[in-house]
This record gives sequence, C-alpha cells and structure tokens, in this order.
Amino acid sequence: MIGFKELKNNLKKDRSALPVKKVALIGDVATQFLSVAIKGFGVEKGYNIDLFEADFNQVEQQVMDPTSELHHFSADYTIVFQSTHKLLEKYSNTSPSGQINVADNRLDFIRTICNSVKGRIIYYNYPEIEDTVFGSYANKVPSSFTYQLRKLNFELMNIAQQNPNFFICDIAGLQNKFGRDMMFSSTVYVSTEMVLSIDSLPYVAARTMDIICAAEGKFKKCLILDLDNTTWGGIVGDDGWENIQVGHGLGIGKAFTEFQEWVKKLKNRGIIIAVCSKNDEDKAKAPFEKNPEMVLKLEDIAVFVANWNNKADNIRHIQSVLNIGFDSMVFLDDNPFERNMVRENVPDITVPELPEDPGEYLEYLYSLNLFETVSYSNADADRTLQYQVESQRASLQQSFTNEADFLKSLDMVSEVKGFDSFNTSRVAQLSQRSNQFNLRTVRYTEAEIEALGKDNQYADFSFTLVDKFGDNGLICVIILKKQDAETLFVDTWYMSCRVLKRGMENFTLNTIVSYAKKNGFKRIIGEYLPTSKNQMVEEHYPKLGFGKLEGTETLRFELNADTYEDRECYITTK
Amino acid sequence: MDQNEILAKVQEVFRDVLDDDAIMLTPQTTADDVEGWDSLSHIQLIVAIEKAFKIKFTSKEILSWKNVEEMIECIANK
Repeated sequence: MIGFKELKNNLKKDRSALPVKKVALIGDVATQFLSVAIKGFGVEKGYNIDLFEADFNQVEQQVMDPTSELHHFSADYTIVFQSTHKLLEKYSNTSPSGQINVADNRLDFIRTICNSVKGRIIYYNYPEIEDTVFGSYANKVPSSFTYQLRKLNFELMNIAQQNPNFFICDIAGLQNKFGRDMMFSSTVYVSTEMVLSIDSLPYVAARTMDIICAAEGKFKKCLILDLDNTTWGGIVGDDGWENIQVGHGLGIGKAFTEFQEWVKKLKNRGIIIAVCSKNDEDKAKAPFEKNPEMVLKLEDIAVFVANWNNKADNIRHIQSVLNIGFDSMVFLDDNPFERNMVRENVPDITVPELPEDPGEYLEYLYSLNLFETVSYSNADADRTLQYQVESQRASLQQSFTNEADFLKSLDMVSEVKGFDSFNTSRVAQLSQRSNQFNLRTVRYTEAEIEALGKDNQYADFSFTLVDKFGDNGLICVIILKKQDAETLFVDTWYMSCRVLKRGMENFTLNTIVSYAKKNGFKRIIGEYLPTSKNQMVEEHYPKLGFGKLEGTETLRFELNADTYEDRECYITTK
Repeated sequence: MDQNEILAKVQEVFRDVLDDDAIMLTPQTTADDVEGWDSLSHIQLIVAIEKAFKIKFTSKEILSWKNVEEMIECIANK
C-alpha cells in the first residue's frame, strides 16, 4: 500500500487536468490527515478531489442547520466519520439506565443525515473498542458498550439497504483485517485528536475512494486467471490432471480449493471469470472436466484461452470478446515475469503482486478490496452465461453470408417498459456501468431513477432483448425530457455493449419516434458529450439520420419526427 | 550510536517526511527554523522516527521537546 507521505506529496502535483469531485468530510474527531489522505488517493485514482472539511466536531450542526457550510457546498459525496472513540465517551457519560439507548439514538441521527444531506453519503462504520467492563459476558448484556456497538453496526446495514444513496465504508472490516493496534495509535490521538494511525490512513482513504470510483463507474468487471500454481498447485502439463494440488485435507491443496471458492463467489456475484494460460488447451481444460476436487468448472469460465502465445496478446483477445475496458480487468498470475509483461503491455489492467506462498493468496487479495461496487442485482449472476452465449452467437454468425439473414435467424424479441419497481435497480446499475455506448454519461442512482419514473416532464423506456440463444435481460435505457410541447431532448441513451450490431439502435429509435408521433412532438434533439470511453458513439446520431445543429456549444443533433420512416430491424416487440 | 549519528539519521527522516532535501538540522534547531514542521507534521515525524529507530515514545515525551537536541537525547536514552 502506498504510504501517507506519498499521498501527501501527491497534493503538490498539478491536479487541474483531472475531473473534479466535490467531497465533504465531517467528523467528530480531527480529520486533517484523513482529508490529505483522501485528496492524495484521489490523485492516485485520477480525480481532483475538491474537499470541504468542516471544523472539528460539527457533525450535528452541519447536518441539521439547512444554512450550514455543508449544505452550501452541495457535495457529490459527503463522508461522515463519527468515531467509536467519541461514541464510547458519550456512552460513558450516559446514565446507566440510558446506555441501552445509545445505539438507537445514534441510528435516529443517521436517519436524519439520510434525509437532509443531498448527494451520496459515505458513512464510516464503527471499528470495535472492547472496554471489557463486562468481559465476554457483555454479549449477554444489552446495555453494554459491546452490545450497543455491534447493534449499531448491524442496524447501519439495514439503513444502507433502505437508502440507495447511503453507503457504508467498512472501516470496521479494515480493523478486523489489521487489528486495533495498527488502526489506533495513542500518541497520535493524544497529540492531535485523531483516532486513525498514520499507517491506517492510506487504507481508509483507499476504501473511501473505492466507493467513489465505483459510483463513478470505475470498477472491476472481470477476473482473468492463470492456471498452473495460481488456480491449482503444480503444472498440469507435467503432473497430469489427476495429480495437480487441489482439494481439502492436509497440504497446500486446500489453499487452492479456498482460492477457487472465492473466485466462484465472485462469479456468482457477476464478475466475469476468464482463463489465460500457457498450456495446450486440452491439457488445461482436463482438470475442469475430470478432477472431482476442482471447485471451478468450465461453465464458470466465460472465456477460456490456453495456448502458447504471449499473455498480453491473449488478454487483448479476451478484451475483444468481452468488450469491456482494460481498466475493469484484474489479472492473477503467480509468475512475476508474466505479471510484469502484462503490466507493461496492457495499460490500465490491474495486476496484483501475488505473494510467493499460495497459502497467503487469499488474505492478500482480501486486503486489496478489488471488487467494490455500488449496486447488485440478481441479473448480475447470469452474466457469465450471457457471455458464453455470446461466443455461440459469434460462431453462428460465421455460417451466414448475409447479416440480415443472420439477424432474422436470431428471433429477437424486446420488451419495452417505463421504469417500475421491478427494473429500477437494473436501470440504475446499467447507468453506473455503461461507459462505451453512453451518449451523455449522466449517472443515475436508484433513487433518481425512481423519481424520474414518476416525473411527467420525462418519458422513459427500458428495453430487454431475448433471442433464441438466451435472455440478455435489460440492455438499453432511454430517458426523454419534454423540452417544450414540440421537442423531446434525449437526456439519456445507453446500451449494453453485449447487444451491439443487432439492430437494437434502430429498434430503439423507432420506439422513440413512435412515442413522439403519438404525443404530438415534432422534433427530437440528441446530444453527444465525449468522454475518454464513449468514442464508439461519436457518430451515433448522424448514422441514425439526425442532422447536426449548428451554433450549439455541445454536439447536438436533430431529427424530424413527422418525416421519419421506421428503420429496418429484425426485433419484434413483446 | 552517538549523538551525531542520531542527528544524521533524524535529519534524513525530516528530509524524507517533509520532502525537502535542503533541511539541515543542528541540536539547536526548533520547529520555527524548519519550513513545514508544524504541529501536524510533527506527529508524522514522530511516527517516522519511531519506525527508523524501532523505538516508541511516550505521549508525554512527544509534547516535551523544545529543540532537536532534546529529541536526540530522548532517542539516545531508549
């Protein structure tokens, strides 16, 4: 982990070219070092953090007073750090009969924060301080500090589930990993009123930035695995599929079993798993097919590449099949040479420096928190299947000479719906994830999507796509703003790259224009806001027959609804 | 380790933490003489010195030093 000193030095760098995020930090302990660490980590992650730091111990005042500096600042993210230390002090100064309410009182205040702070809230949960007043017996005593603290951390998770804009930064988890003696330093506390040690600051800042990055659409989507000595022990080409080290019992095999169990959980959560191995393909696949101790099976792997080409080329191939950015990929390999080769040749990919001892892989990987997210829906779990189906489609396409015949053969059906309680979470999630096919890259949270669905000034559409190979789920979202009685502005158009080249754009535009005609709108205005990732859709509107508007500050395009004729497509409406 | 060696090592820590290779410490140097040595960076320096010498200061010691000499004496006595 980068040190606090380096984070501090980052602030001397020129940050003016980086995108700015407004972050407020309010705490009941001194936060100067924390704010330095967060700004410094922002630079590491490519953000210029414009940080408002409230004066020490003003949490309540800043939150409750609608005219406070906090509300004035209108942050994208508000970090709230109410420390266990101060809570313990409060608890100790509460009459014994009142101590049983300490957690509930704090929870009430946190609900107030949820209701009065705009933007996203990042709330630090409570690393435990065991005061040993009752010893372990505290677990039997609801008014004990231990009981109140654990109740508070538990109920915080419920608040987070009820408030889509409220995110817990799990610094209690950090303390579980590193220990209280690492997290807290009495000399630092006594001389500065700061409860985080200097060594812990980079980790706390990293966890905080992980949430901000995920909310900004920067997160990992794919894990690429080497096989020999990474996924199992030994070399399958030499040892044979029956003799590789994997499986419970004594010895190093269980380290690989547990590693595979971790990978399987990631896969079930929606992370795409790929394999990149220097091996003969049949030898590399044999353990997956035949070794009963293997936790991972071939159906868990979305893209399987085993050959003798160099790994950088193979990873580029995996990238082209999955159509996601290199910065959303993690590559795990036990071999330092391969790691460096990939790092040097594949920019932006994350390549952790795995420890030499496979027994340490997991604890090391836990410490990196590689897969932070700000959303989760059941559709995530099916993603591997969808990518596997995509490679089947690719092979079918090769058998057709004419694209239209191919598209017809897919029997595509789309369901078009507004936003409702069933699809808001997926709509919001796709809003966070879509980088390439995204015309304006406006990110919406679940709460915002829900509000848009009820707002008469907007018309919104979600699209699913099913074909004969499978269900792609919800893959496209349109939000139209009724600019005036005759004009619709395309506020949002994003689509999953999984369904490129299927005529979905035509189907979507046909749907938009038919809505416009039915409701008396004459013109549709589209806008393209370039980002580092959405070059793919630079020509999107011209290709669909929109004319470029002159004299506008941004790239805007116009379509006349009356003269529009439906564009050719082979998708039917469900 | 004699006092001069300690001073040299402490100076190295100061240069590293404050990111300034021009820092020269003498026994008489105080916080006012070094740019960037304020109450906040003081604790950063303390933690770095503790690591460099593999020692621990008490909270009382940290708050008692008036100049570099007193700090060095304290290190020498550990």
